[in-house]
Amino acid sequence: MEAIAFYTFGVLITGLFLITVLSKNVLNAMSALAAGMVLISGLYFVLGADFLGAVQLVVYSGAVMALYAFGMMFFDATKDVKEKNPSGMSVFLLSGLSAVVMVTIFAAPQIGENIQALVTSPNGLDNPHSIGIVLFTKYLIPFEVAAVMLLVAMIAGIILASKKMDVSLSENEDHLVEESELKEQK
Amino acid sequence: MTVGLTQYLILSVILFVIGLAGVIRRKNLLMLFFATEIMLNAANIAFVAISAHIGDLSGQMFAIFIMAIAASEVAVGLGLLILIYKKYGTLDLDNLSTLRG
Repeated sequence: MEAIAFYTFGVLITGLFLITVLSKNVLNAMSALAAGMVLISGLYFVLGADFLGAVQLVVYSGAVMALYAFGMMFFDATKDVKEKNPSGMSVFLLSGLSAVVMVTIFAAPQIGENIQALVTSPNGLDNPHSIGIVLFTKYLIPFEVAAVMLLVAMIAGIILASKKMDVSLSENEDHLVEESELKEQK
Repeated sequence: MTVGLTQYLILSVILFVIGLAGVIRRKNLLMLFFATEIMLNAANIAFVAISAHIGDLSGQMFAIFIMAIAASEVAVGLGLLILIYKKYGTLDLDNLSTLRG
């Protein structure tokens, strides 16, 4: 059962992310990315990390994708992306080489046998419960630091995006805006 | 067809390399962001798989913190992208090479 779920999710995620990387249309790439994120949360549920699967759904396919869709309002998403791509041969060679090296490393048999779990889940509790206990005891300080970092990121995002929000975006109209401002001042 | 730790790690490596190829190949900044998201997610899958394999919760904690970092990265990065688009009218990386080295 786990095998069926794993291989289905794995093939689908790989295909969707390939679409994301290869597609010329921004909208197609973003939709494929969002679908891949949803399927990755399915992988987490298969692994028994229920809380992380829910967080993945909320954060990635919810918040991050909404943010990208919001950013898409500023850019022209219907046009195809024109790019001068470097020669496909070198990209293929480099990524293929790194893929072979890393697959070899990870597929090698594990030698260390005395690996033991340091932070085991308290017995008898389900996954979200034990994650809550561990997060607020052993990982409390990183949690607080992450909270401060998120606050900083939020303020930075607001300030960066809202600067001159009332000025038109396209370059051609910039002088028009300035002219109208001059007229207003007169 | 049993699924062990190795299969999960290989899937995570494949996804990471897809993201890496995207970072090498793409010239559009928004597409580069998508590729980095893919790489972060590949790392997350490896963390959760190892955490489930040895029964340690630390891996899932690290995955949560990676998600927090990814979210803040997207917030700041999109703000910068909007500024770049306002200034140059395009998101092409080659336009940003102002130093003629």
